[in-house]
Amino acid sequence: MGRFLREMLRSLGGSARDLTPIVLVVAFFELVVLRQPVPDLGGMLYGTALVLIGLALFVRGLEMALFPIGENIAQGFVRKGSLFWLLLFAFGLGFGTTVAEPALIAIADEAATIAAAGGVLEDTAVARSDYALGLRLTVALSVGFAIVLGVIRILKGWPIQYFIITGYLGVVLMTSFAPAEIVGIAYDSGGVTTSTVTVPLVTALGVGLASAIRGRNPMVDGFGLIAFASLTPMIFVMAYGMVA
Amino acid sequence: MIEALENFLHAVLGMLADVLPIIAVLLFFQLLVLRRAMPNRRRVLVGFVYVLVGMTLFLDGLAEALFPLGRLMAEQLTAPEFIRGAAGNPAGPVAWQDYGWVYAFGAAIGFATTVAEPALIAVAIKAELVSGGTISTRGLRFAVAIGVAIGIALGTFRIVTGTPLHWYIMTGYLVAVVQTAFAPREIIPLAYDSGGVTTSTVTVPLVAALGLGLASTIPGRSPLIDGFGLIAFASLFPIMTVMGYAQLGALRAGKWRRRRRKD
Repeated sequence: MGRFLREMLRSLGGSARDLTPIVLVVAFFELVVLRQPVPDLGGMLYGTALVLIGLALFVRGLEMALFPIGENIAQGFVRKGSLFWLLLFAFGLGFGTTVAEPALIAIADEAATIAAAGGVLEDTAVARSDYALGLRLTVALSVGFAIVLGVIRILKGWPIQYFIITGYLGVVLMTSFAPAEIVGIAYDSGGVTTSTVTVPLVTALGVGLASAIRGRNPMVDGFGLIAFASLTPMIFVMAYGMVA
Repeated sequence: MIEALENFLHAVLGMLADVLPIIAVLLFFQLLVLRRAMPNRRRVLVGFVYVLVGMTLFLDGLAEALFPLGRLMAEQLTAPEFIRGAAGNPAGPVAWQDYGWVYAFGAAIGFATTVAEPALIAVAIKAELVSGGTISTRGLRFAVAIGVAIGIALGTFRIVTGTPLHWYIMTGYLVAVVQTAFAPREIIPLAYDSGGVTTSTVTVPLVAALGLGLASTIPGRSPLIDGFGLIAFASLFPIMTVMGYAQLGALRAGKWRRRRRKD
């Protein structure tokens, strides 16, 4: 119990340091620039305390659960030696973690509203929700595809920059063909796909694979899965905007 | 008290529903495909509960304290009355220079929220472990946060001036590609990863509020079209700053080695 408390306190100290900049920025702009009193100071303090404890718990849980799970699974697949199951897992992880992502659901709904306002689709609730669902599935598919591709890259030890450069050429090319309304959403959907629970798992998977395979360097080969997962949605969403 | 507890339990359940697909995928492969027991099962389970409860508290606290105030501030800073007041011309047309506080706020809030972003903390911890300490958790996070700060400031400038989004993005990627050719090999995947993790739970809501506030108060901007795109800026610039951080480190290490050789 004593150890738990000590570790928790250390975690809390770290979280407090992480949150200090936000508090300073908000206080400076509220008091010096806008010259307004902070509304509901009690609520602010209560909320900040929750954030502090939450972040400390999350970081502890990260090291206790999310990292070990990702590493253990990576080692398991290397030992099993079945490419098919590994790639299926990679796809499942990418698709499964993205399809229910709240930030993505919000963006998809907003995109449907834009498309309806722009006259691209009928302005009915059914048409809008179909469009939003299609967009979500598109993004989830693209993330699944990205993790599969990223895992193949780790296995083969190919340098990442060729993929990234090709990917961005694809983005540039698609940008010039896609309807203007979808471009901003497409760019943003790349940013929202990688959620807080997914990132540690995917990172641990990549680093775990690269450490378990002989001849791979975890630093050079292990990272990069998230980069893939934020790149492919841009291309897929613009394609969706052109087709739907 | 009881009501607060009930709300909290409800929120934890909601969080559980969000991560249910992840749990399903993990369990399916762990139990049916790999047929391997997880070592330290109890510890992992406790850790997973920490993650769930931690995320719930974190998001609840943000929704309670930070997001309303952040949104309000974004609205106030972008309000035409404030812009005119700060510029000292109550009647005349507003120029892009008058938005100085908006750019400053964008940069500051981008930096501050990135430092607190849990996904980035995760990647930084892993990077420090894997690199054997050559990349420090703190250094990487600061490099990313500086990148986000530059990105958001430039992104708000873009909304104010109404210049096309893809010019910036394409130029940015061009710079990143050129940098890739010169940066130390070990940093490249990490740099591209940092672009993806910067924008999640803390940064996106505040930055989106700033974008929407700007786009809806400036004549000729559409909140639906111009409000988007800020997040793309926030994920582009960290790629450059992280590579720059590694390049500076390599440069310093090189100088130090040369000096030692002379002695």
